[in-house]
Amino acid sequence: MLKTRIIPCLDVADGRVVKGVNFTSLVDAGDPVAAAAAYDAAGADELCFLDIHATHENRGTMFELVTRTAEQCFIPLTVGGGVRSHRDVRDLLLAGADKVSFNSAAVANPDVIAEAADRFGSQCIVCAIDAKTVAPGRWEIFTHGGRRPTGIDAVAFARTVAARGAGEILLTSMDRDGTRAGFNIPLTRAVADAVPVPVIASGGVGTLDHLVQGVTQGGASAVLAASIFHFGSFTIAEAKAHMAAAGIPVRMDQGTP
Amino acid sequence: MRVAIIDYDSGNLHSAAKAVMLAGRERGAEVSVTADPAAVARADRIVLPGDGAFPACRAAFDAVPGMNEALSDAVCRRGVPFLGICVGMQMLADTGLEHVPTPGFGWIGGRVERIAPADPALKVPHMGWNDLAFRRPHPILDGIPAGGHAYFVHSWQFRVADPADLVAEVDYGGAVTAIVARDNIVGLQFHPEKSQALGLRMLRNFLDWRP
Repeated sequence: MLKTRIIPCLDVADGRVVKGVNFTSLVDAGDPVAAAAAYDAAGADELCFLDIHATHENRGTMFELVTRTAEQCFIPLTVGGGVRSHRDVRDLLLAGADKVSFNSAAVANPDVIAEAADRFGSQCIVCAIDAKTVAPGRWEIFTHGGRRPTGIDAVAFARTVAARGAGEILLTSMDRDGTRAGFNIPLTRAVADAVPVPVIASGGVGTLDHLVQGVTQGGASAVLAASIFHFGSFTIAEAKAHMAAAGIPVRMDQGTP
Repeated sequence: MRVAIIDYDSGNLHSAAKAVMLAGRERGAEVSVTADPAAVARADRIVLPGDGAFPACRAAFDAVPGMNEALSDAVCRRGVPFLGICVGMQMLADTGLEHVPTPGFGWIGGRVERIAPADPALKVPHMGWNDLAFRRPHPILDGIPAGGHAYFVHSWQFRVADPADLVAEVDYGGAVTAIVARDNIVGLQFHPEKSQALGLRMLRNFLDWRP
């Protein structure tokens, strides 16, 4: 049986983790590679690096980080932030990313998804969607860190990018992000029901019950969280044990054989 | 031991190469990522990774001058142990049905068909960790516990013609082929390079294999 994935997300700026990671085992908690290795050892199912001020100048730093991470992490790594074209996808895959996430570039032109999926396969193309509630049961896509409305309906857009070849949707609720109030369940459910591909729920996790709700009520195939893991509120093992107790199949054997 | 990882411009070679290097370190394996048929001809172990659509992968492979001949000479005539990963495994089949029917190498009989889970709520691609059910013993499974998890990401799967070629499956709204093998050839649908200790152990098993 396929297991529900738990994905810690690291926000990276200029080669350093921002918001910090609080692992007692880490000498340098700001080093994304060390943090990634710690999450790998802790049983995370995948990892996500988000380059939060991706600029042309610091791309080299990100590539170098991805390369070093791939040398010591043997779980899938998704990299997002500033991905504009299939050329960026190729560069990141060659550096060692397993999946590459589009965001604003796909909003501006969903065909970038089709072009990248045709070249590299849907399995490595993720579309990140940042959505805000604009009316009950209606969510709109925002870009530029949630500041710029686009007028695009999030559920319709998810259908569009899935049809163009996105293999997975990383869905972030801008209303909930950073609040620790839990995932936006109606949004998650609406998108999960609308697309044939897996949906990763993101934004708002504050408790382990929130992770459970994202799956059981939201219909997500995977749950992404940052601060609850980074600041040591909960370990990956605690999250998995809690999900398993709620009847969600999770992978518990990361240490074997 | 010389290990050749065939570079035909398909997807993520870096991860596969790093994992094979790690698996081969204690064995003194010399791992090269190469598009040179001469390097493949000299190799003691050959790995064919692959990401993306079957026809695109097949076309990219065929576009490497002399590679087809070098690979089939090594694998089919000289019996060099061969490992295919993901689409590199699917290309062992007679035919891939993704987009347009495309011939595979035909080394293991069968077709590559779209995954169609019986439960319509199950998403395609089949993406994530799934637990292996063994269908027959094979040296690639040495030290691997039944029910161990491997990382999958694919929308198409290899349906073998002869059940004897099937080594392991997973359940995803029905059986999905995970490992195929025949003679000196083994294919993994999942990504051993992304499957932590289990994947690294399988890569070591492949390097130690004396078919």
